[in-house]
Amino acid sequence: MSEKLLEVKDLLIEADIDGEWKPIVNHLSMTLERGEILGLIGESGAGKSTFGLTALGYAKPGCRIQSGSIKLDGVELVGKSDAELRSIRGNKVAYVAQSAAASFNPAHTLVEQFAESPVQHGNMTMAEAVKRSVELFRQLDLPDPEHIGERYPHQVSGGQLQRAMTAMALGSDPDIIIFDEPTTALDVTTQIEVLGAIKEAIKERNVAAIYISHDLAVVAQMADRIMVLRHGNLIEEGNAREMLANPKEDYTRLLLNVRSTRESRYDHDEEDIQLKVENITARYPGTTIDVLKNINIEIIKGKTVAVVGESGSGKSTLARVITGLLPPSQGSVRFHGRELTPDLRSRPKKDLQSIQMIYQMADVAMNPRHKIKDIIGRPLEFYLGIKGKQREAHVLELLRQIEIPADYADRYPAQLSGGEKQRVCIARALAAEPELIICDEVTSALDQLVAEGILDLLLNLQKELNVSYLFITHDLAVVKAIADEIVVMYQGGVVEQGTKAEILEPPFKPYTELLLSSVPEMDPDWMDNLIERRKRGEAPTAESIAQAD
Amino acid sequence: MNNVLFDIVFKRLVMGIFILFGVSLLITLGVEALAGDVCSAMLGQAAEPSTVAACQAKLGLNDPMHVRYWHWLVNVIQGDLGTSLANNREVSEQIGKRLGNTLYLAGTTALFAVPIGILLGVIAALYRNSAIDYTISTTTLTTISSPEFFLAYVLMAIFAVNLGWLPAISNVSSSMSFLERLEVSALPVATLALITIAHMMRMTRASIVSLLASPYIEMAKLKGLTPGRIIVKHALPNAWSPIIQVVVLNLAYMIVGVVVIEVVFVYPGLGALIVDAVLNRDLPVIQGTAMVFATAYVVLFMLADVLSMLANPRLRHRR
Repeated sequence: MSEKLLEVKDLLIEADIDGEWKPIVNHLSMTLERGEILGLIGESGAGKSTFGLTALGYAKPGCRIQSGSIKLDGVELVGKSDAELRSIRGNKVAYVAQSAAASFNPAHTLVEQFAESPVQHGNMTMAEAVKRSVELFRQLDLPDPEHIGERYPHQVSGGQLQRAMTAMALGSDPDIIIFDEPTTALDVTTQIEVLGAIKEAIKERNVAAIYISHDLAVVAQMADRIMVLRHGNLIEEGNAREMLANPKEDYTRLLLNVRSTRESRYDHDEEDIQLKVENITARYPGTTIDVLKNINIEIIKGKTVAVVGESGSGKSTLARVITGLLPPSQGSVRFHGRELTPDLRSRPKKDLQSIQMIYQMADVAMNPRHKIKDIIGRPLEFYLGIKGKQREAHVLELLRQIEIPADYADRYPAQLSGGEKQRVCIARALAAEPELIICDEVTSALDQLVAEGILDLLLNLQKELNVSYLFITHDLAVVKAIADEIVVMYQGGVVEQGTKAEILEPPFKPYTELLLSSVPEMDPDWMDNLIERRKRGEAPTAESIAQAD
Repeated sequence: MNNVLFDIVFKRLVMGIFILFGVSLLITLGVEALAGDVCSAMLGQAAEPSTVAACQAKLGLNDPMHVRYWHWLVNVIQGDLGTSLANNREVSEQIGKRLGNTLYLAGTTALFAVPIGILLGVIAALYRNSAIDYTISTTTLTTISSPEFFLAYVLMAIFAVNLGWLPAISNVSSSMSFLERLEVSALPVATLALITIAHMMRMTRASIVSLLASPYIEMAKLKGLTPGRIIVKHALPNAWSPIIQVVVLNLAYMIVGVVVIEVVFVYPGLGALIVDAVLNRDLPVIQGTAMVFATAYVVLFMLADVLSMLANPRLRHRR
């Protein structure tokens, strides 16, 4: 009896953590029918990728399949030789990775990599594979399908790469495709287009899929059935629609609620303007393209201005101009009415102290060889001249503020979780007692629930310390949660700015509407409906915006 | 792309001129700091002070150092490396003869060492942490760690003295056929190769192993490709840059670093020439040889940068 395409039973996968084998997939089971899409959802560390990859009979380096059974079309994969497993991988079961940019080999063209699986598995000749690539590139809406395959990965955009990778997975007509967070690295506007193309392609071919994501709203668009995982255990499993309408477990409910909006705390008092960006135009040295065009922004003391836009819209460059890392070619930055020196290197210490930054990747923003107390203590000493015992006391106070236990002071960054690291970065920024903190995508590398915690912390600190934030993000859910004012950027210019209520409530400007409408909602029909509306011209699309431009 | 290449080449050439200038200054100062001069070295300790003084006056050694350096510099810029103080022969002629021999030694060594080094590196990476890897790594570590003269004498003892297969002295001459040359120079080539293979093998292994953690390697595994194909087709093309750097470093070493080996095997190359010149305090010859060495370094490292760029698909195929 092999009616089930995939049947995983009682699987135990262990990982080598500091020399000890610990379970990361704890006796989990799953089944998959032909043509069915199963969503695996959970935070990082939930074991969802590890579990999903078992359909390939693959355990990541440092992991081992300890016990259990994986049956693909009635054939047991556990205990198979490497050669036997290779004949399945890329052939009967294909894989689409999280970051297509990193998962395509930079040294070979797209079509060479496309053809590799079918040709190496002996399913096609090179010429047949090339022909098939054109077909699939066309179906996935890639521009110029006849020739795009001749390009190298760095020559096409992130969204196109993700489509090309899906095409590559479909190349050898697999029975199952594993999608491992395929759109996490993309902008919301690109994400919906890629999701739409993927869904259409796999539905049409009746391919079964395992869709792995931390984003329940995205999974809701794709999956027929959902499994919620946490710490390697199953929390809840069921039909996608039923689960969204009626979650049984608290944890699922938590995941469902992350996108709820907070009410606006903005009042229209004309307080002192703290930072004023006037007519800033900027370009990177040695280039001729203005990355920022005539930008004007005001930040009011104790408030939060969110700068939203896709990657390449110039929002991080704006932060570089304000901090003085990139002197602008025109315009000025005023702080309490006084013009700041354009170049960081000639700014007085006092100005440097007033504006601090928190970065997206907490990992690389800290010196891995410094202890937490030194990371936080350094700005205390540098800006405020606090040393010795006093410094120690201040560090402990800051750790208390960011809700981190005092004994973490002696740890190294590597011993902390992603959320904890970002908290330490916040403490380091606070240590300088700044008036303005620039937060550059500070939550986009974090799981949703962890990100929620960071946003809560930032809001509480703002109440307590009356510090202002310039919040750079591509995530509109974050904007809704924390902004007082919103600046929408597109291709280096500001398309719209105003209070949260003005921007996020109708009538919308077309680009803002495109951004807003592209944020996945917890409604399984949301994407199909939106794509329909866009086809009928009732909702703006990226092309319609670019044409209007 | 072509502009970028031109930029690099141009910058390196300008920098190279400054480097050559700096090297010549250092050499002059260094030779000056040595005890004695060419006259006392040639005439010996028993010579009459008056003979030495006459010799010094004849060779112009009584001029202050900066004057002599200036004369030398002016001549070099006009393309004249001067004449040897010891035997009055043209420096360029002496170097010309020896340079061919040194390049032959380096070239022959490279011919064997580069492919073997890279191949062993690939094999060690493919079977990493296996018996093969340990054997290759241990052997190469041993040859890296042994002093070159020691390796040279060990090889000489085995192949020249005990087995008698190869000559202990590599006295090549222009009248020899290619095969004769190869036989005579086999021991110095082998010594040089043992040292350079080790470097290249280790760098190849390290760069491939560090690439094996990349997402596109995992992707290749999940496409069901064989380990050999993953290494050769997916890892190696991205590992070229560091490999090229170490290969070039070793090429430079083969030309410049052979002093000891040439002396051990009495091989008539540039290394032996500079050693003799230093013993004789023969400044023009030392300067000329050092200029050749420094030029080799500058040109080879420029070549390494250009090749690294060409090996990078992002730079080869612009957007």
